[in-house]
Amino acid sequence: MQEIQSLIAGFGVALSAYNVLLMLIGIVLGVLIGVLPGLGGANGVAILLPLTFSMPPTSAIIMLSSIYWGALFGGAITSILFNIPGEPWSVATTFDGYPLAQKNRAGEALTAAFTSSFIGAFIATLVLTFLSPVVAGFALKFGPPEYFAVCLLTFCAFVGMSHDPPFKTIASMMLGFGLAAVGQDSVTGTLRLTFGQTELLKGFDFLIAVIGLFGISEIIQTLEEGLSFRGGNGKIKLDTVLKTWRELPRYWITSLRSSAVGCFMGIVPGGATPASFMAYGLAKRMSKKPKDFGSTQNPQIEGVVAPETAAHAAGTSALLPMLTLGVPGSPTAAVLLGGLLIWGLQPGPMLFVEQKDFVWGLIASIYLGNIVGFIVVLAFVPQFAAILRIPFSIIAPSILAICAVGAFTVSTSIFDIYMMLIFGIVGYIFKKLKYPLAPLVLAIVLGDRTEEAFRQAMLSSGGNLGVFFSNGLVGSLTALAIAIFVWPFISQAMTRLKSAT
Amino acid sequence: MSSHDQGEATDDRSAASVRSLETVTAAVLFALGVVLIADSLRIGAGWTDEGPQSGYFPFYIGIFLCISSLVNFVRAIRDPETATEAFLTRHQASMVMSLLLPTTIFVVAIGFIGIYVASALLIAWFMHQLGKFPWSHTAPIAISIPAVLFCLFELWFKMPLPKGPLEQLLGVV
Repeated sequence: MQEIQSLIAGFGVALSAYNVLLMLIGIVLGVLIGVLPGLGGANGVAILLPLTFSMPPTSAIIMLSSIYWGALFGGAITSILFNIPGEPWSVATTFDGYPLAQKNRAGEALTAAFTSSFIGAFIATLVLTFLSPVVAGFALKFGPPEYFAVCLLTFCAFVGMSHDPPFKTIASMMLGFGLAAVGQDSVTGTLRLTFGQTELLKGFDFLIAVIGLFGISEIIQTLEEGLSFRGGNGKIKLDTVLKTWRELPRYWITSLRSSAVGCFMGIVPGGATPASFMAYGLAKRMSKKPKDFGSTQNPQIEGVVAPETAAHAAGTSALLPMLTLGVPGSPTAAVLLGGLLIWGLQPGPMLFVEQKDFVWGLIASIYLGNIVGFIVVLAFVPQFAAILRIPFSIIAPSILAICAVGAFTVSTSIFDIYMMLIFGIVGYIFKKLKYPLAPLVLAIVLGDRTEEAFRQAMLSSGGNLGVFFSNGLVGSLTALAIAIFVWPFISQAMTRLKSAT
Repeated sequence: MSSHDQGEATDDRSAASVRSLETVTAAVLFALGVVLIADSLRIGAGWTDEGPQSGYFPFYIGIFLCISSLVNFVRAIRDPETATEAFLTRHQASMVMSLLLPTTIFVVAIGFIGIYVASALLIAWFMHQLGKFPWSHTAPIAISIPAVLFCLFELWFKMPLPKGPLEQLLGVV
């Protein structure tokens, strides 16, 4: 039980007073970020990343990942109390959560949401603890063809597993690769797509893209929808908590199923959002009273349990491919990966060999962070909910200013603030036209390394694409990627055939 | 998912159709694809003795971008719904512009008057124009938020942000 020993050592790292303090700050900031419109897990972490440049990497990742856990918890608060999903993965939580709140059962819904989030995260962390050393050990044998095949699988999964139109997913992804190519070619040093502009020499920083695409665009969208925040009281009584806890074991199958869906979707980069919808859909289909799901008369607690468990499980397990392979499973994991590079750590299997303190300190901190987060949200829901009563005309410009500060601090460049605004407008249009943003961000992050792996693999084979089928491992990865990629096209064709006959 | 504004009569006529946005987006992405292909060919997209050239990978990215944009373009034109469906109603468009214009001015102004003064002005504008707050409420908030940012970044994290003439006058640069 090597993992248990490593984990105990990890707790030793995570439990230092400094790290626990950072964890607390991270959680509270994270919940705030989750509650506020325009700030989410990905861009919240991106904005704060520059502040951690001077911290030890382990402390930095503990704080930033805690922000992520906080944001996952925070999303549920606004969904249930205000019918406003603070985060995209909490959309499914509004279906039953908000009707419950309107029937004066907000306390139950919130308790159920937080508890399920906690359980989802806990199961995913167990998976992370025991599966990641195995995957990392496996990945140590990876060469460029295998690495490229994993990247290919990641990107094909976006096409095959999301509900967005496949060609829009591809266009969005290719735009990301194109942006990643701008600047100096990492292999030969040739300048690409710079057109003599000095600002373009260093290429596009994905942190800027994240702040614009997820932050600015979100504020534009919130204003367009003309949100007015009206909502119930978020106070949770201890009686309600205990009563809900007695009720929750009834939904253990839903919890387990949703955790499994979440872990799977997090590792294969489907992400937390589709995982939450899928878990909700499954819970509804398996239920004895599917009609009550999302109804205003008899909303179901189970309809809160399923999406929250899955979202939190997916959010947590998205770290597995990020740590073991260097391929993030979600935009927020991508930002954390960017952090690793900035702190001078090379993500991938060698982390588990060379940076044991870092990896296991992080994993231990996930256990602790979720316990702390659970207690914090349960105790302070009304305070967090009160933030939404601050008028939007104060929140919006403040967040815009914070985004601008965040964009500037990435590399102390005013040009980056202009880029942030442009990315914001692009993100807004893309969201409305159903061009997914996650593949765009991941392509910017992984573009250079995917290309490098591809070129090295091609170099070794003398330009023969057969290298991606040259052995069982790389062959099955590539074949799986292609199968996932063509799936939406086949299923479309099949529906068309069926409707024709 | 959204609760719309109440009270004021809103202009729900379309300001722009989904089709126009879809086609313009696809066309722009197609053009970017062409740029990628052209630039890749310029620096060489083939093989040399040292292996693949710098344009080798982006060349194919450009091709995929062009193909997928073409499909999206054709789909937008062939789908009859996109012509009538509004991307934005006029009311929404005016809301979006009321945010985008001051934000653009804010972003441009940062280079000239510094981020703190620009933020204060942005917050003041939003609160007074959109929030209809009296100046007695607006001023303290508009000044205190940049002040907090100043303390946080300049003093605590020692991370200098863009500053302008006001900071020079106060001698904090």
